Amino acid sequence: VILSRAASSLFWMGRYVARAEFTADLVEATLRLDTLAVRPAGQEAWTSALAVTGMGVTYSGRIEPAEVSRYLLLAPDNPNSSYSCIDSARSNARAVRAALSREASLAINQSWIRLQSRREVCGVEDIPKLVDEIKGSARGFEGATNRLLRNEAQFFLALGAAIERANGTARLLDVKYHLLLPGGERVGGTVDRDQWTGLLRAVSALAAYRWLYREGLKPSLVAELLVLRDEFPRSLMACLEQTVGLLNRISCRIGRESEADRIATRLLEELRNTSGPKLIRGGLHEFIVRFLGDLTKLNGAISAQFGFR
Amino acid sequence: MQLSNAFDEFAAIGQAIDPRVREIADWLRATPLAELRERQSVAERAFRQIGITFRVYGDDDAAERIIPFDVIPRVFTSREWEHLSAGLEQRVGALNAFLADVYGDQRILADRVIPAELVLGNPQFANCVAGITPPGGIFAHICGIDLVRTGPTDFHVLEDNARTPSGASYMLENREAMLRICPELFASQSVCPVDSYPDLLLEAMRSVAPQRGCSEPNCVLLTPGPFNSAFYEHSFLADSLGIELVEPADLEVRDDIVWMHTVAGPLRVDVIYRRIDDAYLDPLVFRADSLLGVAGLIGAYRAGNVALVNAPGTGVADDKAIYSYMPEIIRYYTGQDPIIPNVETHRCREPGALAYTLDRLDQLVVKPVDGSGGYGMLVGPAASRAELDAFRAILLAEPHRYIAQPTLALSTVPTLGEAGLVPRHVDFRPFVVSAADRVSVAPGGLTRVALRDGSLVVNSSQGGGTKDTLVLSSDHEHSPCAGQSSPAALEKRSQPAGGRP
Repeated sequence: VILSRAASSLFWMGRYVARAEFTADLVEATLRLDTLAVRPAGQEAWTSALAVTGMGVTYSGRIEPAEVSRYLLLAPDNPNSSYSCIDSARSNARAVRAALSREASLAINQSWIRLQSRREVCGVEDIPKLVDEIKGSARGFEGATNRLLRNEAQFFLALGAAIERANGTARLLDVKYHLLLPGGERVGGTVDRDQWTGLLRAVSALAAYRWLYREGLKPSLVAELLVLRDEFPRSLMACLEQTVGLLNRISCRIGRESEADRIATRLLEELRNTSGPKLIRGGLHEFIVRFLGDLTKLNGAISAQFGFR
Repeated sequence: MQLSNAFDEFAAIGQAIDPRVREIADWLRATPLAELRERQSVAERAFRQIGITFRVYGDDDAAERIIPFDVIPRVFTSREWEHLSAGLEQRVGALNAFLADVYGDQRILADRVIPAELVLGNPQFANCVAGITPPGGIFAHICGIDLVRTGPTDFHVLEDNARTPSGASYMLENREAMLRICPELFASQSVCPVDSYPDLLLEAMRSVAPQRGCSEPNCVLLTPGPFNSAFYEHSFLADSLGIELVEPADLEVRDDIVWMHTVAGPLRVDVIYRRIDDAYLDPLVFRADSLLGVAGLIGAYRAGNVALVNAPGTGVADDKAIYSYMPEIIRYYTGQDPIIPNVETHRCREPGALAYTLDRLDQLVVKPVDGSGGYGMLVGPAASRAELDAFRAILLAEPHRYIAQPTLALSTVPTLGEAGLVPRHVDFRPFVVSAADRVSVAPGGLTRVALRDGSLVVNSSQGGGTKDTLVLSSDHEHSPCAGQSSPAALEKRSQPAGGRP
């Protein structure tokens, strides 16, 4: 059986790497919203990106693509920046190196070495390159961890990643709430649709949407895809199914079940009992706020159950 | 400048009668310099990416550094190795016998072979474990014996490391790197593999596990944590041994039993390979101000419920003041002369030796008896007038804290320098593993090299680097590759106390 401290490190490593990737996705989505829309969302897009990472209040720089991107991707003083996340993931990896394969340690250390030497974003054209690099790092790490021995160590790593992915998808969806439509634009109009398209594209979900829905782009269907469709691996449903499954496997191994299992199962049940139109009617933003609160509770229950410190 | 009279090991290899040995020197001649450089940088890049780093205390800028790696290996012939391993087994056997004695009957003190106050008044003497015999009578399961060479057949023991010697990970990682970057070297030569080391270690740990009717003892490696300078080695070894890497906060002692906190609750621990110094092991016994450590650990050890590898109190055997008595200690317990002699050592606690030392301070190396890592020592020939004067004052104030040794012409091995191949001084740390019933030496070790021109200080904290150490195997019946003690030594050690069945 795995040490509580090691489980905690692995869990947080999973979360941090997934968060580094989410932040990169967010910057990519924001860049699209800013530049690809018929009428650019402009500053609004960058302000909402800061808001969904919870750093809106802390950020004091100019609202300008390269500057905000630097803050979100590279800033050491932003604890949620991709760099800070990779740095924390690496510290955790160091502490539990024995539980990781050489490839997994190597992947995280290499990403850290590459990111650590980058301090600036050189103009807007540099942003996609940096985003791709971070996404590539996260994919490389995920690939290496998929080849780990299927034991508790891997379960905790995957558990952290699943919870953080749910967290990220929910927050990305919330970007749309923070984005006001320009005056004269109506819900369901061109700009509204472009904004949804931008979001989908950033999470590589545009093709999935077209595949699953023959109709045109509808907000309630986008919400359904990102929240409820378990075919889409980053949907809240898929992440929670994975979470429940992993918690079950861990409980089986150590022979007891408790609070975390119950919370996760309840959350999954709630998702199964809702629908796209219901989500929109009840207020997507309100749903997301509640969901994020539930994830925090789940995280607390996991910490308590497995003796994390 | 190198010491002009230093023995160069590659020159000797080049002149060897055995053509297989000469091949190594030929390989070095035949490989272009640029090629060697390229390979070396590949290896160093790999070390950095894997994160094989160490920390230097008090040096914030270089919080994480890699130890420089030199691509040109150091070579021992099978004949040299047989001699060395016999000497190492003899020495470590005597060292463990000495520890069992001073923490037991203290015969050696009663027989006045060694001054009693040097042992009993030694800060490293652990009263809290006196009277306890650990399983198999083994105190120092892992010893790193530092050797230097001054001539074709002249080896000396420079110091014994019987507490928590480090460096084994470099022995293993350097070999890993060499196999990747210089495969041809291993294709044409039969080199003894070093990867038996983790197996030897695990076997030794299991051999000393307390008996509690369970088939599989739970062995762990105890580290101070990721901020320790040797943390990489701790995690590497835990990984190689397939055991948990635990920090003090992961352990708890209840009713003299050690438990570790797992996600499934507490799990009993049987053997702890601890990489924490005695002083920080147990705040109840050693330093009450220590935040490190596991409260009650020594109690559990005393109760026989957990084995500590190495046992507490081994520092009394590797102290440099005791070191000077090692030849007497070896004779006392084995009845034989030391196979590998000590370096000539003057104990400054003795008035004659102090006068001798003060007279020739600029020619001698003076070391604190309780120091390690190259800190607090004086290298006379390299010191300035002012440094010599300052050290003289220190020495006069506390002579008992120092020993003096001649400046040895350490052997040199070609090393890749900016100007090409240059001779650089080396020392050598092989690792000796003592299980309950046998002593083994891993066929290899850590060769440290002083990278600065003329320097004799090889410590990694003082600008030293490392090399791979190749032990060539022989066609003889008793291959040194086995890494085990000779049958005779084995028989002697495993002799049951109570007669034969």
